[in-house]
Amino acid sequence: MSAETRMMLLIPAYNEEAAIGEVVTEARSVLGDVPVLVVDDCSRDATRLRAEAAGARVLALPCHLGLGGCVQAGYKLAHDLGFDVVVRIDGDGQHDPRDIPRLLEVLRRTGVEMVIGVRDPSQPGFRTSLIRRTGIAFFKLLLRPILGRPVADPTSGFVAVDRRALNLFSRTFPLEYPEIEALVVLQRRRFRFEEVRCQMRPRLAGRSTITALKSVYYVVHVLLGVFVNILRRTRI
Amino acid sequence: MDRFHLLLAALSVMLILTVLRSLRQERIRVEHSVSWLAGGLVLLALSLFPRVLAEAGEWLGLSGAPLAVLMLALAVFVAIFYRQSRALSELKDMNITLTQRLAIVEFELRSRDEART
Repeated sequence: MSAETRMMLLIPAYNEEAAIGEVVTEARSVLGDVPVLVVDDCSRDATRLRAEAAGARVLALPCHLGLGGCVQAGYKLAHDLGFDVVVRIDGDGQHDPRDIPRLLEVLRRTGVEMVIGVRDPSQPGFRTSLIRRTGIAFFKLLLRPILGRPVADPTSGFVAVDRRALNLFSRTFPLEYPEIEALVVLQRRRFRFEEVRCQMRPRLAGRSTITALKSVYYVVHVLLGVFVNILRRTRI
Repeated sequence: MDRFHLLLAALSVMLILTVLRSLRQERIRVEHSVSWLAGGLVLLALSLFPRVLAEAGEWLGLSGAPLAVLMLALAVFVAIFYRQSRALSELKDMNITLTQRLAIVEFELRSRDEART
């Protein structure tokens, strides 16, 4: 990134009081002066207080919107404030902020609109759940012909976007389970993305919002969302 | 008028009166009441003119007026529910946009206050 590039770190969070303080502290120690914005999706616990105590600015949503609406609120604020690059990490500590410079380097070097941090398949010891692995495999197969290229982990929430993608996502962003649909939104605008292999960590606390029961709904919802985005007329 | 058509007429009048009462009490918006009133009026008309219903049933290949009414009522209410779903979706989109905008405005106000102090 050039010296003039303004970057923001965006962390969507919902009931992450056990992890958010450590995530923000670690990110600030790695990124120095980069502003850290936690978007609190109307948590019922002390997420907001812990994030502020750790030095983050908090965008507090008055109603629970779900992940997509929460992330988009952060993108809108970053867009309004004139940031050039936004990096999003999860609030549960799975993403290592020390990988962020590598994502930014690829974003700068390749000129793509989005870079995704994906789990390194050679990473020892860390395995996601069977349901998640099955879902990822299914959507990888589905997305390959749609995107015209393979994608290693379409469900990753570790993402860096430039000003063009920020402009797009602040206007159009999937509201539930947004990661997969966001790839299709990008593809429809002929935007490009790259992937960077990263070491993912176990979450510091809490559980995934996608339970076994919800995973069926997840698949149906995302499938529908993908096809709706393909059918939808694009507005640049 | 047989018992079936009488019952249908009574239900239609009840539907229309309920919607009108809700309108008067401002519990339903005019734009959302139109489809319910139209549905009620269609059912009332069918109950008052049994021959129309019988001919419609014959045309649709349904045996008997009650079945024809059921099918027509189903079609009317499916159309109404679709309209309601569209309205709900629009409202949800607006609600999300407003929620995000409110949070951003609060954030900006707080930032200004902090900058002043």
